[in-house]
Amino acid sequence: MDLATFLIQVLNGVQYGFMLFLVASGLTLIFGVMGIINIAHGAFYMIGAYLAFWLTGVVGNLFLAIVLGIPLMVAIGYAVERLAITHLYHRDHLYQVLLTYGLILIFNEAQKLLWGTGFHGVRVPAILSGAVPLTDTLVYPHYRLFISVVCLGVAAGMYVAINRTKLGMMIRAGASNREMVEALGIDIGKVFAIVFSLGAALAGFSGMIGAPISSVYPGMGDQILIISFVVVVIGGIGSIKGAFVGAMLIGLADTFGQVLLPELSSMVVYALMAIILFWWPQGLFGRRV
Amino acid sequence: MKMSRALAGFLCAAVLGLAVTPWLAGEFYMDLMIRIMILGIFAMSLDLLVGYTGLISFGHAAFFGLSGYILAIVTPESGPITLWYALFMCLAGSAIAAAAIGWVSVRTSGVYFIMITLAFSQMFFYYFNGSVELGSSDGIFIFFRPDVTLGGFALIDLGDEYTFYYFVLASLVGSYLFLTMVLRSPFGKVIQGVRANEARTRALGFATQRYKLVSFIIAGTLAGFAGFLEATHTGFVSPAHLGWHESGMILIIVILGGIGTLYGPVMGAFVLVFLQDKFQEISDLWLLLMGFFVIAVVLFLPHGIAGLFARLTGARPADGTEVGDKGLAPTVPAKSREGADGGGTA
Repeated sequence: MDLATFLIQVLNGVQYGFMLFLVASGLTLIFGVMGIINIAHGAFYMIGAYLAFWLTGVVGNLFLAIVLGIPLMVAIGYAVERLAITHLYHRDHLYQVLLTYGLILIFNEAQKLLWGTGFHGVRVPAILSGAVPLTDTLVYPHYRLFISVVCLGVAAGMYVAINRTKLGMMIRAGASNREMVEALGIDIGKVFAIVFSLGAALAGFSGMIGAPISSVYPGMGDQILIISFVVVVIGGIGSIKGAFVGAMLIGLADTFGQVLLPELSSMVVYALMAIILFWWPQGLFGRRV
Repeated sequence: MKMSRALAGFLCAAVLGLAVTPWLAGEFYMDLMIRIMILGIFAMSLDLLVGYTGLISFGHAAFFGLSGYILAIVTPESGPITLWYALFMCLAGSAIAAAAIGWVSVRTSGVYFIMITLAFSQMFFYYFNGSVELGSSDGIFIFFRPDVTLGGFALIDLGDEYTFYYFVLASLVGSYLFLTMVLRSPFGKVIQGVRANEARTRALGFATQRYKLVSFIIAGTLAGFAGFLEATHTGFVSPAHLGWHESGMILIIVILGGIGTLYGPVMGAFVLVFLQDKFQEISDLWLLLMGFFVIAVVLFLPHGIAGLFARLTGARPADGTEVGDKGLAPTVPAKSREGADGGGTA
């Protein structure tokens, strides 16, 4: 593997890792703060991608579609939290898994009803359709660079929001001691609704900006969900830092796995997970119990 | 696990009803009943984990599907193989896979366990989904049902639907009795102790991880047995058999029937298969209806049909514990969950 190919693979891996982080951070935050294991999280990613496809068709531009799509995602997340998740706060994980599994069935069928079972492409916006030449024959598309930069921005924004704002303080407090937060007069239900809606919006956003690369198809949420679980488990459930490290590890492992071990590529990430869990059963940054 | 007289009578009547079904019902319903009984065995095996050991596996279909694939691999294209060889390979394969997955998984608990079993089963899914010689995502056909011969003599013919029906019925009853025996043994007492309070069981001097692993292997092997029956029945196996939708469905069946009861999950299989059949009749979007049904079960029927049955007969639930102790009831305080799983943002 020469240097240019290696560089391209690293960039691809990092870009994939960033997108995984957007999905996984919502998943881990929802668990860490609300104690909810939400397996319908991948469905939000899928909905985001379909919204991008649909809105781009309507308004003619992906950026505008994303601007319109994000409030929709927040609204969907809020509705799901109010209607379904709110019944699960004091229930065993088993029931959380099952109810959100029921939600997946509903979302998947709704998607088929609205958009059919075909594969769809989303056009890369004209400004970003170019590519950076690396050597005479190899180029790296602008759009992928754009994704990495945007995701880095979102990750930085999240870091600031959680560590430097009042809402972030409430979220952190909710994660470490829910009863105490309630006793201090903070409406924890409101915090939960915000966290869940934001998580849904992050997953949806990831689906939207990923749509031109991955194309849009039924069941795309299932795949991202499982990989996000691997990310979250590796990083330690509830830890955003862990989700970031896990997402980068998986992004790179998956990308290089496909290049170096094409026959076994789909198993590389699971093998990595098994190895990590063998030494750190709580994940890399998980709290020891 | 003392069972009430009403329940014992009900179970005997149910088995009797199953035994006479082939005479009363048409071929269609016989086929449906075979499917239900196979899913019943599959669901009971998961109940050993979820309801008795307190391990929520979201990847149980891995063993179900793997066993089907093993049958497809060992059955030659030219003719049937003997039952003993096929069964041995399927069960051994499932047991080895369960030992490997369980070895890593039982080190963890709570949500980690759910996610890890899910991830491992998806690993199997992607392996078979990508394997061209095994038919990739289209799956693979098995053209011959195994021969049941002993010393060269054919004992029974599984190719005959009636014979096969009774073979499956006997397997169902056998699996139930086997699991009952396991649960009454000292081993069974320990795993139930793990479910009730793992720390206390460990403090009593039991190596709880080893007990959990053995329980996981038993459940995986029994799921493999169900998978063997399913592949023999339909003559077909595809990646969907070990996908997470299958794992989710079997969990639903266990909950719907009533966890920790063994017979409950069999009733769950019965209700779910009939519902699925009805939903498919009503609408192409039957999964949408199924989704709403699943949510309704979680919200309104947390103890399943068996819980309802126990309430109606005024009997205690079959496993002797009050339904809903140990964190499965809606009333469990949030505190105890947190203590078990940790969490927190960095």
